[in-house]
This record gives sequence, C-alpha cells and structure tokens, in this order.
Amino acid sequence: MATNAAAPADTFPKLLIRNAQLFGTRPAMRQKDLGIWQTWSWAEMHDIVRAYAVGLNRLGLKRGETIAIVGANRPKLYWSVMAAQMLGAVPVPVYADAVADELAFVLAHAEVRFAAVEDQEQIDKIMSVMDRLPKLEEMVYDERRGLRDYDHSRLHPIDDIIAAGRKALADPAVAAWLDAEIAAGNGGDPSIILYTSGTTGTSKGVVLTSERSIKAATDTVKFDKLNEHDVALAYLPLAWVGDHYLNYAQGLVAGFCMACPENTDTAMADLREIGPSFYFAPPRTLELLLTRVMIRMEDAGGLKRKLFHYFIGVARKYGERILNGEPVPVSGRLLYTIGNVLVYAPLKNVLGFSRVRLAYTAGEAIGPDLFNFYRSIGLNLKQLYGQTEAFLYVTAQPDGEIYSDTVGPACPNVDIRLADNGEVLFKSPGMFSGYFKDDGKTAEVMTPDGFVKTGDAGYFDEKTGHLKIIDRAKDVGRLNDGTLFPPKYIENKLKFYPNIREAVAYGDKRDFVAVMLNIDLTAVGSWAERNNVVYGSYQELAGHPLVYDMIEKHVAEVNRSLAVDKVMAGAQIKRFLILHKELDADDGELTRTQKVRRGFIADRYAALINALYDGSREANISTEVTFEDGRKGTISARVKIRDMAPLAAPAEKAA
Amino acid sequence: MRAPSGPEVAVGDVLLSVENVSLSFGGVKAVSDVSFDIRKGEIRAIIGPNGAGKTSMLNIINGFYQPQSGRITFKGQTRSKMRPYDAARGGIARTFQNVALFRGMTALDNIMAGRTLRMHSNLFWQLLRHGPALSEEVEHRHRVEEIIDFLKIQEIRRIPVGRLPYGLQKRVELGRALAMEPDLLLLDEPMAGMNIEEKEDMSRYVLDVNDYYGTTIALIEHDMGVVMDLSDRVVVLDHGIKIADGTPDQVKSDQGVIDAYLGLAH
Repeated sequence: MATNAAAPADTFPKLLIRNAQLFGTRPAMRQKDLGIWQTWSWAEMHDIVRAYAVGLNRLGLKRGETIAIVGANRPKLYWSVMAAQMLGAVPVPVYADAVADELAFVLAHAEVRFAAVEDQEQIDKIMSVMDRLPKLEEMVYDERRGLRDYDHSRLHPIDDIIAAGRKALADPAVAAWLDAEIAAGNGGDPSIILYTSGTTGTSKGVVLTSERSIKAATDTVKFDKLNEHDVALAYLPLAWVGDHYLNYAQGLVAGFCMACPENTDTAMADLREIGPSFYFAPPRTLELLLTRVMIRMEDAGGLKRKLFHYFIGVARKYGERILNGEPVPVSGRLLYTIGNVLVYAPLKNVLGFSRVRLAYTAGEAIGPDLFNFYRSIGLNLKQLYGQTEAFLYVTAQPDGEIYSDTVGPACPNVDIRLADNGEVLFKSPGMFSGYFKDDGKTAEVMTPDGFVKTGDAGYFDEKTGHLKIIDRAKDVGRLNDGTLFPPKYIENKLKFYPNIREAVAYGDKRDFVAVMLNIDLTAVGSWAERNNVVYGSYQELAGHPLVYDMIEKHVAEVNRSLAVDKVMAGAQIKRFLILHKELDADDGELTRTQKVRRGFIADRYAALINALYDGSREANISTEVTFEDGRKGTISARVKIRDMAPLAAPAEKAA
Repeated sequence: MRAPSGPEVAVGDVLLSVENVSLSFGGVKAVSDVSFDIRKGEIRAIIGPNGAGKTSMLNIINGFYQPQSGRITFKGQTRSKMRPYDAARGGIARTFQNVALFRGMTALDNIMAGRTLRMHSNLFWQLLRHGPALSEEVEHRHRVEEIIDFLKIQEIRRIPVGRLPYGLQKRVELGRALAMEPDLLLLDEPMAGMNIEEKEDMSRYVLDVNDYYGTTIALIEHDMGVVMDLSDRVVVLDHGIKIADGTPDQVKSDQGVIDAYLGLAH
C-alpha cells in the first residue's frame, strides 16, 4: 500500500514511495559514470529499488535477515540498502577500506547470509576470510570487471538481480505481495546496523530503527530548512553514521538529491561540478583543503600572492561579522565586497563551495583559526556534536549563534545532562535501540532513566549556553603537580599548523607534557622542495634537523598560547619527537575515521615514551607495519628528541 | 564501429609471423635471419640482453624499420616490409620505451588522439563542430571514457600529462594505444623505471587488456619475473639472432639462454 503524503511514514521504503509521488521527476540520485553525470529521478529510483527488492527476495533474502553492504558510495549500494529495507531485512554497511580481518569480524558478528559488494577487490577480501563466514551464502556485485574467471554459482551482478525482479514484477500478484511487504514494515524494527569505528576497542554494532531515525532526521531537516531543491555529495564512507544520516536519511525525508562521486580520488573535482548546497566535511578534510590552497598560493605569482594575503586579512577582520549580520563599518563592507569578487568567490568556486548554503563539520574539535577561515570567506560552516548511538545529532549550532569553541545547544527534542565527572549524557529521538547481540555493553552505556553516556567530557558555556566538549571523559588527566591535562586540546593546537599532520600528547600522571608528532608529507615536502632539502622517504624527511627546527618553532608558539591561559600554563610541552612513520588505520594506530588511538600508540611506541621521560636525546624503535594487502613488514629507526624551554606562566598564576 | 581492416583471424591461429628477417645498419647486424610467430590472443614476450635487437624487431613489425630481407605475414597478407601506415590501419598499436605523449595535452586528449584513424568526418565539419563531426566526437569520447574507466585514471582526465608521475604517463600511453582498438599491441618495456607497486599495477593491466579486450600482446621486458608470469610464449634474441623460442619454462631451462644472460667463460 502506498502511503499518503500527509501520513507520517515510519520506514524508509514508505518514504521512497512518498517521494516518488511528491517529487516524481526531480533528481533523487546522480553518479558520474564514464565522465558523464547520470541522473535517476525519484520515480525511476523507486522502480529500480522495487525490482531489486523482488530480485533479492528470489535469491532468498527475507525479513529480519542481515545483508552486508561493502564498497564506496555508489547508487547500486544505496539501492541495496533500500531494497533490503523494503523486504524488512537489515543492511549492515562495512567500511570499504576495512582490511579482511575487520571485514570478517563484522560479517561474522552480524551473521550475514548475503553481501552486496562493489567490485572484485571486495569479493577477493571476503573470499580470503570465507572460512570464518560459514553463514554467508550469496554475493551480489556492482562492477563486473576482473570477475570473469570466478566461480559464479554464488556471485550475481546487481543488474541481473534487478532485471530478474523487474520481470517478476510484471505479474500483478508479485507486485501486490511486495506492496504488502512494504506495508508490513514496522518502524520499531531494526532498519540498519552501523558498526562503530572503534575509538575505544573493537567495533560494536549499533542497531537503529527506522521510526526513530526518521523522527530525528525530520527534526534536523526542519531545523536547517532542507528541501527537495538541495543537493549533497555523498563522498564520506557509506558505513559511517554521518553518511547514513546526512545523506540517506535526510535525503529521503527532505527529498533532496544525493550525488555519488565517480570514485574516491575524483571527489574534489566532482564536488566542484555538482556544486552541492548542503555539505559536510570532518575538520581533517577542511584542513587538507586549506593546506592545499596555501601550498598552491606559495607557488603563485607575486601579485596574486599579495592579493590573496591582503584580502584574507580583510576577511579575517570583517567576514565573520558580516556572515553573522553584525554591524561592520562601510569601508570594511566595501573592502570585503572587492575581496569577494577577487578572491573569496573564485576560491570557493575552486573548492566547490559556490552554492553551499549550509555546511557542517564534526567528529573532532576544529581549530578556531581553521573554522574562522572558512566562515570569513563566507561559507556558512557550523558545528554539530553527535555519535553513532544518537544517530548522529546531539547538538548543532543554529544560524547566527556560531562560536568556534562550542558545538551548539541541544538539537530539537534532545535532552542533555551532565554527569558529576563532566560526562555528557543525552536522550534523543534518534537514539539507538541497543548494541547488536551485546546487551551487556548496551546496559553499560545506558543510565537507569534512559540516557546514553557519550564518554565525552564537556560543560555548558555560561555566556552562550552552548555545550563545549573538551575531550573524552576518560582521557582528561592530570599532571603529577595537579595541572589539568586534556590531551586533545593540546594536540589540536599543534595540528592547526599545516606542517603537523598528527600529534599525540602524553602527560597524565607524569611530571610534564610530551608529544609525538607526524609531519604532513604534502606541506613539509613542498617546503623541502623550496629549500633544497633532499629526502628519499617520509622517515628521512621526518628525521631531518631542519624539519626539527621548523617544528620546534611551532611547538614554541603553542607553548606561548598555552602560557597565556593560567589553567593551562602548567601543561606546556617540555619535550617532543617526530615519529619515523605516519600513523595509519591499517596498523590500528588510527580509527577508520582517522582518530588517534592514544592508548594503543602508547603501548606500541613504549620505547619512545620512556625516552621522552627519562631524558635521553634519542631512542631506537622498531615497529611492525601492515600493508594494504595484509602483508606485514618492519620499520626501524633512531628517533631524535628535542627539549623545549618552558615559558613563564602569567604573573597572577594561582598557587 | 568499424573493425581494423584485413581478414579475421581465429583465436589460437597465427596472427603475425616473421620469416628469415634481417636488418642491418651499415656494418651492424641488428637482426639476422630471425623467424617467429605470434598467435591470436596470446601474450608473446621478446627478451634478450641489451642490444639484442628487441626494439629493432618491434620496429620491423610496425613498419618503422624496413628489413633488408625476409617476409612479414600479418593476418594472412605477406609483405617483404611493413609500412607504418599499413601497420596502424591493420590494427597494430604500440607504446614506446621512452614515453612519447603530447606533454602539453591532457590525458583525455592524448587518448583521444589514439582515435584519429577512426575518425571519418571531414575537416569542414570538424571545424564547425557540428553535424556528423559532433556525433562522431560523442561516440569516440564514449570509447575513450571506457578506456579511462578501464585504466582507472578518472582523476587525471583533465591534467596535462607533463605534470603526471612517470607510472601514470605510462598508463596514459597504454590508454592511447588501446584507443586504436588494436588487434596486436606492441609494448616496448612497459615497466621500465617503475617501482614494484607500479610494476604490479601495470602487469595487472596487461593481463586485463589481454583478457577483457582479447588483444594479442607482444611485449619487450627486462624484468624476468614479469616476463615469466605474464607471457604465454617467449622468444629470446641475442646479438640479433634467435637463440630460443618456447614457453617460459622451456626458455628458462635452455642452456643457450642461460649462457647469453650470465655470460660464457671464454
């Protein structure tokens, strides 16, 4: 039965039907294929997903069963999610770059009988761990290439499944059966299982229900006034809650168009071509974009460079205030308008932000300078705070109330409470129903009155009433002299420098703060080229004395800014080193969403940490590395350590 | 789409054979009295120490050099020498030992250049960019995009090849050769100067081209591991003379080949 547009739909398939009726000919999805953007309207997508659902059912997929979705952002994989939900089955998306081991864990834990995968690479990965997946029966795939010599008894092209379904649907009895299946969909049943990235250990399957998901998405769609004329580029991992929420759920609720990039490497160019109106990027991506712009400006001609720096200065002075609608002198407004024509508009065009009406960032704290840079050139960038268990949103900044150091007030219908130790607790319309097959863990994170513990420490800012997140609750520590030590706060200050890609700070129950750094190969490499520094590898560049000198200056600046704040003055960095290898998710040092796993790194580089605190000038280290194909190797190095002279704390330092 | 001219050859039959071919430059005998054949659908390697006459042999096959004696039979037509024009029209494409692309043109335009022989509309229409020229352009662009997709170089489509790293330039060059939809693809040291990862990638593409497009491939390569893994049959030249011909295993155990590579005690 088709739902009437006025009646609230409680499942995604019902929303799809509604959209096919309301926005029939409007674009629902786009993908660049063979260099040309292909478009599917809501009506077309609805037809395809119906056929696909029937095809999957003929293959054996039934209500309540799970199906893994493995690959990049491609329409056929999104359709796999929709088709599964149409049958009442539960899709389980997996990160496309997960190594075979992680893939095996999720597929086995979710007990999938089916998998919809992108290409040969993913099939090979699954095949390599097949002995751990006795339940997996059939796989459907998008990309035929390279699969000719494979055993096809259990492999099917998605196109064939859709074609078979389409043929079967010609029979009115089958169509009626499918209508009944969709109508039988219950908003309280699980609609998807998203495995967390595992910041705190192995990943857990977060079960979300469609009724709650749709409620949450409806609230935020209203909050941000999204509608069917908006366009988003779906370039973030399909298995991440952000993509599922921002693009899939909000797209279905608001009826906007979701564009899929040609492949991961072309996302930046595709962004520019599509010109989205709604954009999300984690701070890391924004940082990367800015680094690239800055590097390209260094190579530009003198006049252009001068123009750029002058007008960026103007933007820093007035841009933010203009965006917030605050009073600005006429001369400032005039300069900003000229800057907009000469610099900001072309820059936004290059970055693909020309039509962005609304941009969000989240996932990690964003450096105030970075945040203000984008806002100053006129990008309406806002922060939100959330997590998978909340189905993303807990707080978000409303237009006109933007501060770089807060994450905004609670979203509509979200209750927030702070525990005694500063941990943020929330209760929200979209919150999860539990961890898959893990009631123990579910009970651990829930309070008796139904709030979810986020594990993040924060407080409400007195002036603005917004929530401020300082760090993971369990990570905030103290130095031996009692000084507060929030590692992330220090790391983020360091990471704002384009030359520093990653920082890991230590200091809890120690005498002083010490950090391990990763340099940014793009930025420092370009610097090396301009300064005739010859290097053969990351390791060689990282150990170069001139690189150490440069980084030392950055650390000194961070110390200076820490010294200004009397609470943080004692947490200045006393010693630092530059790691001989880049921290990598394949080695377990970062999560798949690129967050550092401080505890794991501490164990892995114990020799270096000891050296940081026992006063040695250098230390030997040898680490095992995992390559993308799963092979292992070893890297060893001698890493140098630098001492920093601490700056005096402000005069009125408390005892 | 028009197939390259000449009669069809079934898979497994001889596509090209050279018989008693000799080529000398003044007093230097580059190739002397060499005979071998290439069967349709196979990957045929030509190996040998430096100066063995491998590149000369490729140049004879695609008509760049004209041998003093011997015969070349391609798709059943026997000639005493090939001309570059006949070779290209007949469906022979090649890549070069040193990358030979139009450095200022984008990857896309370079590959598009490989379609030149298949364009039919006259200059008038092409200048107007209308009528038959436009529809032809769309058709060719589609083919080129398929190749770009096949070689996974979407992200460099619009970048001038001069700015690309070497490994990618080699891939663009392969793309341009593929754009001709050749029956026989000559690869002159496709992996020279590459690191292991790039070699593995290129090997994959060579196998995929052979498998997916069914293209017959003749390949010169120095990396023995690559040759032995990729090729169906190997011909070994030394000082312009053929010293062995057979499967990789046969060639590997041939005493003459071992002597040529490791050197003989004099």
